[in-house]
Amino acid sequence: MFAVRGVSKRYGAVRALDAVDLDLSAGEVVALVGDNGAGKSTLIKVISGAVTADEGQLERDGVPVQISNPHQARSLGISTVYQDLSLCENLNVIGNLFLGSERRRWSLLRKIEMERSARALLSSLDVRIQDIAVPVAMLSGGQRQSVAIARALVGDPWLVILDEPTAALGVEQTAQVLDLIRRLRDRGLAVLLISHNLADVRAVSDRTVVLRLGRNAGEFRTADTSPEAIVAAITGAAA
Amino acid sequence: MTTITKSIRWPGRSTERAVRPGGVGSWPVVGGLVAIAIVFGSLNEQFLSAENLTNLALQLAATGTISLGIIMVLLLGEIDLSAGSVSGLCAAVLAIVHVRHGQSALLAVVIALALAAAIGLVHGLMFTKLRMPSFVVTLAGLIGWQGLLLYVLGRGGTINLPFDGVIARLSDTWLPPWASWLIVVLVVGVVTGNAVLNRRLRRRAELPLQPLLGSVLRITGLAVLLGAAVLVLSADRGVPLLLVIFGALVVALDLVLRNTVFGQWIYAIGGNAEAARRAGIPVTRLRVVAFVLASTLAAFGGLLAASRLAAVNQSSGGSDTLLMAIAAAVIGGVSLFGGRGRPYAALLGILVIQSITNGMLLLNVDSSIRFMVTAVVLAAAVAIDSLSRRGSEQ
Repeated sequence: MFAVRGVSKRYGAVRALDAVDLDLSAGEVVALVGDNGAGKSTLIKVISGAVTADEGQLERDGVPVQISNPHQARSLGISTVYQDLSLCENLNVIGNLFLGSERRRWSLLRKIEMERSARALLSSLDVRIQDIAVPVAMLSGGQRQSVAIARALVGDPWLVILDEPTAALGVEQTAQVLDLIRRLRDRGLAVLLISHNLADVRAVSDRTVVLRLGRNAGEFRTADTSPEAIVAAITGAAA
Repeated sequence: MTTITKSIRWPGRSTERAVRPGGVGSWPVVGGLVAIAIVFGSLNEQFLSAENLTNLALQLAATGTISLGIIMVLLLGEIDLSAGSVSGLCAAVLAIVHVRHGQSALLAVVIALALAAAIGLVHGLMFTKLRMPSFVVTLAGLIGWQGLLLYVLGRGGTINLPFDGVIARLSDTWLPPWASWLIVVLVVGVVTGNAVLNRRLRRRAELPLQPLLGSVLRITGLAVLLGAAVLVLSADRGVPLLLVIFGALVVALDLVLRNTVFGQWIYAIGGNAEAARRAGIPVTRLRVVAFVLASTLAAFGGLLAASRLAAVNQSSGGSDTLLMAIAAAVIGGVSLFGGRGRPYAALLGILVIQSITNGMLLLNVDSSIRFMVTAVVLAAAVAIDSLSRRGSEQ
């Protein structure tokens, strides 16, 4: 259980976030939607430690926690997949999965152990990549997205933040990534999904949280809500 | 691996093009070397003689070592234009400490290398802290350290190293055949042992194994190549110590880059510095270390050059030293865009360039032609690099 309580963030005169609340729990996919400039990016930056909030607090299981840099977020079990994926195209799948947290003895890479864990991780997510020893540059967009998501799981997090994971993908690959998101939920992870695509949101999320102009503008059980109601909340037409 | 019925099936994408982290690999270079050997060998029977190949081996070491340093920064996607000047300056400092002040050769070498490390540190800090482009930082270095070289050499302009001194003898030391063969046996033995061990560990970890034939062929090829080199060189004066030093540096750097966390991080930064930073890799520190290594290797190359010439003069590390070192790295397959290539590129690339130079000198071809031919080879190598990069990105 992770909660954002009354978080505000100002950039000069602009109120990017204004007393925003958000609850995330294990085994649930929460979609965060909103128009451009609604504060989605700022909110995930606050949660992932890229920026610190001016007001409000973050709670883990009811206990206030401090997240002032990405490292702290990671040690709290919060893992972020950025929209640009942050993959090193010249490294192979194994190298990317363990980037920055390579298994090592003294300073020597434990290649065999990493390859074994990488294969175990990918097959547990049911991600099929023919040859994990080729550079990531050789993979398709969906495969890269899957590698980026699998990498987020290497540190054994309990919350995974996905920023527009399907934005650059075709129809078939989008379906595969959505499948992967469902699998994360089935593993008991909390998933925060940022998306512009309401079809994707409807396909995988349990709950939809709408932001508008930096404020909470509605929260819906996705399955019981019509797309029109969500669009109305995003555009403010309902108000 | 367990197969689950409802697994993800990725749409096919051709994986036939073997674009590995080393670009198109070293096959074009090896082909080029064979072509060079055939062309010059048929034009001049001296070219493939044991004596000439021994000279070639001696000529490789200095610029090849500088090229190794260049590779360190190229892997990050940066450039070091100061390597030539730094090699000259540090050789001059070495000569001054050793000859003018009469200190021991070892102390002089240590001081020269320490100076190079300090220069590299300055370059690295200017690049990372002041955020100056590495091109500009090292361009300033190219001019400035050259100036300092002229300044410290003073009016005389040349310092001779004693012919019977340790440093000059470095390039006049030849391994007896038994020592050369011992090295070959040891290297092949270690490579074979490592392959067997790796195979056993992979089998125990239930990982897919490489085809046995490939490993056997690779090791046999290595043994044949090393054996042939020793055979040819021993027919003349023996295997030059200089070549062994250069070879050892190449192998050591390659092992470090491929098997340590440091090496993995260097490649990661070259591939995507922002991703590396987000993953918690100390990007700034590694960049500084790479520049320090580059300058130190450049100084070591300068030391080898001084040893061969038995002197340091105003043109040490000047003229085309730097350009040849960069060209060698690129011809050998190191990408200018960072993150791709291996230290073996220095060996292969300098072999190509030095063969052309050497062959053309034997044919009495004017250096104007030599420059143009080298340019064409360099342009072809970079074109291959760019094409393979575009091919892998699409």
